[in-house]
Amino acid sequence: MGKHVLLIEDEPNISEAIRFILTRDGFRVSCHDQGRDALEVVRAERPDALILDAMLPGRTGYDILRDLRAEPDTALLPVLMLTARGQGRDRELAESAGASGFMAKPFSNAEVLASVRALLGQA
Amino acid sequence: MPFNLLILACLAYVAFLFAVAFLADRRAEAGTLPWLRSPMVYTLSLSVYCTAWTFYGAVGYAARSGLEFLTIYLGPTLVFVGWWVILRKLVRIAKAQRITSIADLISSRYGKSSLLGVVVTAICVTGATPYIALQLQSVALSFSVFASDTPDGWHLPDRDTTALWVAAGLALFTVLFGTRNLDANEQHHGVVMAIAVEAAVKLVALVAVGVFVVWIVADGPADIVTRIDNSPIAGWQMVPGRWAGLIFLSAAAILTLPRMFQVLVVENADERHLTTASWAFPLYLAAMSLFVVPIAVVGLDILPEGSNPDLFVLTLPLALDQGGLAMLAFLGGFSSATSMVIVAAIALATMVSNHVVMPLILAFGERKGKEPGDLRRVVLLARRLSIAGVMALGYGYYTLTGGSGALAATGLIAFVGVAQILPAMLGAMFWRGATRTGALLGLCAGYGLWLYTLYLPSFGQGGVIPVQVFVEGPWGIGWLRPEALFGIDGMDPLLHAMFWSLAMNTLLFGLGSLLTFPSPMERLQGARFVQAFDQSGPASSWARGQAEAEDLLVMAQRIMGEDVALAYFQTHARVQGKDGYLPDITPDFMNDLERRLSGSIGAAAAHAMIAQIAGGAAVSVEDLMAVANETAQMMEYSARLEAQQDELTRTARQLREANEKLTQLSVQKDAFLSQISHELRTPMTSIRAFSEIMMDDDVPPDLNARYARIIHDEAIRLTRLLDDLLDLSVLESGTVQLSLRSASLHDMLDRALHAAGSTRPERAFTIQRDPQSEQITVTSDIDRLTQVFINVISNSRKYCDAGAPVLRIAVRRKGAQIRVDFIDNGSGIAKGSQALIFEKFARLTDSAQAGGAGLGLAICREIMQNLDGDISYVPGQGGAAFRVAFPMVLVLPENRRT
Repeated sequence: MGKHVLLIEDEPNISEAIRFILTRDGFRVSCHDQGRDALEVVRAERPDALILDAMLPGRTGYDILRDLRAEPDTALLPVLMLTARGQGRDRELAESAGASGFMAKPFSNAEVLASVRALLGQA
Repeated sequence: MPFNLLILACLAYVAFLFAVAFLADRRAEAGTLPWLRSPMVYTLSLSVYCTAWTFYGAVGYAARSGLEFLTIYLGPTLVFVGWWVILRKLVRIAKAQRITSIADLISSRYGKSSLLGVVVTAICVTGATPYIALQLQSVALSFSVFASDTPDGWHLPDRDTTALWVAAGLALFTVLFGTRNLDANEQHHGVVMAIAVEAAVKLVALVAVGVFVVWIVADGPADIVTRIDNSPIAGWQMVPGRWAGLIFLSAAAILTLPRMFQVLVVENADERHLTTASWAFPLYLAAMSLFVVPIAVVGLDILPEGSNPDLFVLTLPLALDQGGLAMLAFLGGFSSATSMVIVAAIALATMVSNHVVMPLILAFGERKGKEPGDLRRVVLLARRLSIAGVMALGYGYYTLTGGSGALAATGLIAFVGVAQILPAMLGAMFWRGATRTGALLGLCAGYGLWLYTLYLPSFGQGGVIPVQVFVEGPWGIGWLRPEALFGIDGMDPLLHAMFWSLAMNTLLFGLGSLLTFPSPMERLQGARFVQAFDQSGPASSWARGQAEAEDLLVMAQRIMGEDVALAYFQTHARVQGKDGYLPDITPDFMNDLERRLSGSIGAAAAHAMIAQIAGGAAVSVEDLMAVANETAQMMEYSARLEAQQDELTRTARQLREANEKLTQLSVQKDAFLSQISHELRTPMTSIRAFSEIMMDDDVPPDLNARYARIIHDEAIRLTRLLDDLLDLSVLESGTVQLSLRSASLHDMLDRALHAAGSTRPERAFTIQRDPQSEQITVTSDIDRLTQVFINVISNSRKYCDAGAPVLRIAVRRKGAQIRVDFIDNGSGIAKGSQALIFEKFARLTDSAQAGGAGLGLAICREIMQNLDGDISYVPGQGGAAFRVAFPMVLVLPENRRT
């Protein structure tokens, strides 16, 4: 059984693409599409890694990440932030919120795979 | 002692004074009068305080009341030794404000009030009148002493005639020297010089008589002490209340007597002279009082019972056949009287002409095209008439009161009178809160009470006020008796009057000031007066020449600007071979400075300013008129500058606003770009991801088809976004070309509903319309307007969350305006978001559902603005409600039409 990756992303098409790429590579992927109840979903699913979009309806990815880092259970959870603004400031924001990795849209599929593997300590 | 010789000596003395005054004036005009500006001359001129009252009267006073006469010297001594800072401030203020009299001081401080000037002038004239009468009386008395000594010689017809001659003579002298020219600073160098000479004469005379009495008549100081012990003076008791009162009174008088103000403040050439005066003047007073008691005691001893003690100074040498000494004493007394009368007349004439006569002439004598020279003649005439008037008043008082009262008593009445100015004066210098109203109330109350309780009673009971009033009070009201106000009976009339007048004066001054608000002018003057020392002025210890250069520098800095002036002075100092920044004040330098300054402020003003600081050259009325003309021109110029300044300020504000707007726009632009980036990257992400997936070989065909569809949809989404952006940019720039044509509103709505039907076509949407109301022909850009309708209807189709969605379209026509309301039955838009929906990218839900970039309503708003209409959200309609309003016929400017 592959590692469990949770994807929180509001754009269904992007969600579908990432799910396809990761599943094809042996990961178990679950998806969620909004920010409001993201924390509860993470707590319930206990994923091995989390891919988090920065711009979510309901609540921003940065806020969710900060809360995750404050909880002992998820303080060390590997989190990959996605952002579509593509500005340097977003990377800083992500890092300061405690992101383990950062990826700007659009990205190549290989990039997604490499990033998730790096998060999980796989070569 | 032949009487004729006396007259001759008298005339010779007066001629000598004329010569002194004349020469001093000459030298002053030539500007070469360093010794006139010496502190000693200043100190001696202060001795106008010692009038005939002190010369003759002090002895009489001592003979009647023992040492009480000393209070009259102690007050001024206290002021000069203890509070000369007050004097310094007074001088500083007067110089800075170009004060010409005490009335001018009060009027200037309290907002240049002309009414206050009149009131103070009235107080001064009323107060000085008995004082001048006193001098006339003493001179007449001293003449009569000699006359009685000549059994068959020239006989005095009567004292009144003598007094009249004296008054006329003094008026002539004062007119000649007090009004020879008009000095901008009201300084009279000749007169001051003559006064200084007279001061020396009276001191020498009194000391000579004293020495004669102590060492020739008596056997030295020891004998005098024995005689004092045996005289009635030994038994005299000090009355502490009266002492304190008299000391206070004389201290106040030195500040408020018009003639003292004249010599102390107006004629002061240099503030630093006060330093010398602060010890030299008390010394002079001490010398004047040294022999008073010995003369009184010996006079009481030697002269027959009933001799007038006021004349002991004269009668003692006469009785002992010392004709020469008597002559000297007579000249001393004559000097005391004349100096007082002359200075008082000048001071009062300045006040009367400046505050009473000139305003009247200017108000009523409005003649066409008066020349400056004309005005000068008028001013001089006013001065001369005022001098004559003041003299006439003094003479009138003398004849009215019969000239019989003791000298000192008459003098004290005047003291109390002028002391009424003290509260307003101290307030002027030390209390910024003092107001015009307060000063006016205090002065009037004090003046009134003084008139009622002391001045009018001085004419004797039954003189002006009927005897009955003294006994029973006016209208029988006991507590209003002039000498027993509020039932306080048995008090010394002088102290009684002093207490009530000054107490009410101070009280009303204080209350009036606290309860009223100063006008802007009063505030300004108040600040200038109270903070006189903060504003400018050299330290008093600086060497003289340096300080004068410093004065010039301060003035030049104000006109030329600090750095420029300093550099200018430095250059000149270097040319003269001096270190530092202050050059020697040579005529060359002064001329150069004047030329330099006239470039900035005009020639006349520059001349006047330098003349004022140099002190030598007089400033004529012509000069002042020229200054006034230049000032008027400069004011006009500065008004123009001010207008320019206003315009600059306006431009600067507009620029600032534009800049703020740009900054704001820049922030908005950044946010907009960031949003666009997001909106572009999102579909591109899907396109890239799925295209990469499809490039791999192992994708099942069904998925492949699905992914191709996604790529297609996202590409269309991108295109639409770009279309919207371009559309918006054209609309916002205002360069959109509108094509006007006419169409039926009904048809437009039909078209819009049909086009919007492609949005969520699966939903069954009920449309409610009233076709009747839609029968309106609209002239506008029909396609754009329809685009707005489509957008609004699509939004409703997208977002209306009712189970059975209903959209009602209501059309209303109001004059030339049409309103189309689109109201659905959904939950509407939350109150907090209603203001946001027309902003770019203000999509309230996630983009996947909406399928647009959130530019629709922003575009609608831009379109409606271009169509001279409006689109707005109408809250409280039970669902989302948009109102589109526009003119039935759109009229466009030429350049917007296609």
